[in-house]
Amino acid sequence: MSDVDAAVTRAHRGEWARVVAALTRRFGDLDIAEEAAAEAFATAVERWPTDGVPPNPGAWLTTTANRKAIDRIRRESKRDDKQKEAQLLYDDDPPEPLGVIDDERLRLIFTCCHPALAMETRVALTLRMVGGLTVAEIARAFLVQEPAMGRRITRAKDKIKAARIPYRVPSAEDLPSRVSGVLAVLFLVFNEGYLATGPGTDPVRHDLTAEAIRLTRLIRALLPDDGEVAGLLALMLLTEARRTARVSAAGELVTLDEQDRGAWDTTLVAEGHRLVRERIATGVPPGRYQLLAAINAVHTHARDIRDTDWSQVVALYDQLARLDPSPIVALNRAIAVAELDGPDVALAAVERLEDRLAGYHAYHATRADLLRRLGRSPAARAAYDQAIALAGNTAETAYLTRRRDQLARP
Amino acid sequence: MQYLFSVIHDAATLATDDEMAAIDVFNDKLVADGHWVFAGGLGGPTTATVIDNRGGDALFTDGPFLESKEYLAGFWIVEAEDLDVALKLAAEGSKACNRKVEVRPFL
Repeated sequence: MSDVDAAVTRAHRGEWARVVAALTRRFGDLDIAEEAAAEAFATAVERWPTDGVPPNPGAWLTTTANRKAIDRIRRESKRDDKQKEAQLLYDDDPPEPLGVIDDERLRLIFTCCHPALAMETRVALTLRMVGGLTVAEIARAFLVQEPAMGRRITRAKDKIKAARIPYRVPSAEDLPSRVSGVLAVLFLVFNEGYLATGPGTDPVRHDLTAEAIRLTRLIRALLPDDGEVAGLLALMLLTEARRTARVSAAGELVTLDEQDRGAWDTTLVAEGHRLVRERIATGVPPGRYQLLAAINAVHTHARDIRDTDWSQVVALYDQLARLDPSPIVALNRAIAVAELDGPDVALAAVERLEDRLAGYHAYHATRADLLRRLGRSPAARAAYDQAIALAGNTAETAYLTRRRDQLARP
Repeated sequence: MQYLFSVIHDAATLATDDEMAAIDVFNDKLVADGHWVFAGGLGGPTTATVIDNRGGDALFTDGPFLESKEYLAGFWIVEAEDLDVALKLAAEGSKACNRKVEVRPFL
């Protein structure tokens, strides 16, 4: 990659959300902001190789995008709207100071993650407006046709405009619930990357996990005192640290007990541990993401699976279950219980969840593993079959199939 | 900015006395806070008549334009600066009338 290409890529990563946010603020229209930002970056790709990279790429991009937006508004404005046109012509402000623009990005994120939008719409809009992914990239990430994804994003922009979804940071009283809405979007993006579904996709979509981490880092920079933001970032880092160890060269899932712990990314582990420690030091009761991060910190703290402090893991799951009494938390708690009290105790706990989790592949996979450990091969085989039928991730399917085929023949 | 709050109901029942009392309190608050534009309760779908005069020969059909379990039981039109304000009001309205409420902006 040439220096100029690298500068464009860097500017895109660093400046896209700022440019879109600043333009949305100025023109009050996401569609104009998005299009003008895209045009400004296209102009950079065209001009920087010959003109050189400007000393302040962000300011150059914002100014260029502002002009593009004004051009479009002028093209669209009616002939009798001369006064407005003149105003736009002369109101070519220099970019606003950095602190203000950072605030603008926060407005942009809260607008894209507004609760009046469907979850899948929030995800798509956030990746487009804040993440700067193209419609084609987002469509590919979620296995939808590009025109369908384009329509979803267009409809969302239309709704934001017509229903007047406000472009602002929510009031203090609404902030916690709105932040948790933003984190839910980012966690969904991360999970789709971490456990990618679909027969033709890579088992781990590093592009999505990386994007989720990047956006969560951004939120963390904007809301440094929010414990759940820190918790989600730590959770993502501690999960991402194990990415390469989680899938074998043959494309098969490697479970935690069989992973090569030397292959974990020590830098990410250290950063994740630091965030968890920082949260514990505040003494503020942890939320859901902080507890999940703490559980992952216990796992990544052990140099060997046998060194895992399972009683600590179970205690953290107990704490989590009080906040989130979902059957999935109970299922994960049972997996830890198997290590502490044995697979028979865990199996009884797992089977109590059947009513609610019968359609979830991890329920059957967990049950299959416990039955296998108890030597109940025929029952384990049936459970593996059910898990394989429901699993969407290729690496997981490969792992479950091998496990099933290794069972003693009846 | 004005929004239409459509009250959606799925049974042929009218508002109870308690519900009417809560709606009155909510309406008073809308007026006091400057959100009130208009509101009304509607007769049930069986009282509806659909008119189609597109062809210049008015055709009357007995009943609602759409047969469905859920129907429009009443509405509010409110003035609100943005959707966040409208959604907060709609949440209060839904609680007061004890029915689902759909929020749509006027263009």
